[in-house]
Amino acid sequence: MSERPAYLLEYLLRIADTSLVLAQRLGEWIGHAPAIEEDLGFANTALDLLGQARLLLAYAAEVEGRGRSADDLAFLREESAYRNATLAELPNGDFGDTIVRQFLIDAYQLALYERLTDSSDLRLAEIAAKAVNETRYHVRYSSGWVVRLGDGTDESHDRVQASLERFWPYVQELFEADDIDRAALADGTAPPAQDLCDAWSRRVDAVLAEATLLRPAASPFRWYGKHGRHSEHLGHLLANLQYLQRTHPGATW
Amino acid sequence: MKAAGASPPTAGASARVARARAVLATVPDPEIPVLSVLDLGIVREVEETADGTLRVAVSPTYCGCPATTVIRADIAAALASAGLAPVRVVDVLSPPWSSAWITADGRRKLHRHGIAPPTSVPGEAAGTECPRCGSLDTELISEFGSTPCKALHRCRACREPFERFKCI
Repeated sequence: MSERPAYLLEYLLRIADTSLVLAQRLGEWIGHAPAIEEDLGFANTALDLLGQARLLLAYAAEVEGRGRSADDLAFLREESAYRNATLAELPNGDFGDTIVRQFLIDAYQLALYERLTDSSDLRLAEIAAKAVNETRYHVRYSSGWVVRLGDGTDESHDRVQASLERFWPYVQELFEADDIDRAALADGTAPPAQDLCDAWSRRVDAVLAEATLLRPAASPFRWYGKHGRHSEHLGHLLANLQYLQRTHPGATW
Repeated sequence: MKAAGASPPTAGASARVARARAVLATVPDPEIPVLSVLDLGIVREVEETADGTLRVAVSPTYCGCPATTVIRADIAAALASAGLAPVRVVDVLSPPWSSAWITADGRRKLHRHGIAPPTSVPGEAAGTECPRCGSLDTELISEFGSTPCKALHRCRACREPFERFKCI
């Protein structure tokens, strides 16, 4: 097997952790969604995200080469070692907030996986090819709800427009290339961040137009979960996610 | 170096693979038992390796499908109890499974069981045929259903709700 580049572990953790953290957030809706169909929708989407995270974390653990497993990475890393985009860890809010956050990330993941299927990293390309069909389904579900709420009643419209304004500043992080992204681009592992941003924008703009929602203005606000600097919310989320393994180390089913 | 290659298939090996395939045709999917793992299209390869192990390559349906572990264990157990051990079940991701891998026979079984089979066009929900009355006047109720691989529909003609295998 060829030598793995130094940046790869970081690059994989960003994708994996965003899926894992978002899956955990969606899981909080189980038993609380406004209708059973939406309960199933969030739970099934979370399950896909968790499965994708597991494939990526298993690969990340191999790349790390320190004998840790995907489970070790999920359950035993500290908050600052998580590399998810901040957007994924923000609290669920109401149903509309969750749908808007989901749509913004679904559209990002679809743009990403569509391009990663051509990655020079064959293992990553294989995982992306597996994930892309599921992600396309997620986009259809969340964008359907963005349109129903945006083009619904005055109240639903105003509330999801407010959700969009609230989450929009966190989107910037997804498309800002740093040294890790540039290294991944240089050897053909990752696509250019600008390409992802363009593909994402085309899809998001089309859905917002159909939903009669306005694309918020760009914001100077920045937050870098992908560098391990998280909002105050991730620690609480991980306390839930990791509770069992922290309390009963090594417990298995 | 061997003149005939590393491990030429022998008559014994191919008979063992054929028996294994016959056994796999009886291993049900745990969530939709009307389908065998062969009908579902997740068995990618069955072969006898040079060391005499029967190697079965299985592709997961969904990345997070909770039945994956059970399916692997069921396959290994069925083959072992048919006297075909040693058996090794391995995961393969590529080419990725999609609903297009379900066999024609599998689609007929789904339909007979009251589950609308996936159409060949991924993501296409319009014109789904009601598995009860055959009407095409149906609507989607929910993109997600009782298992990761199914969605919920309703027939406007006979008024019955029904499940449909998701097209991905």
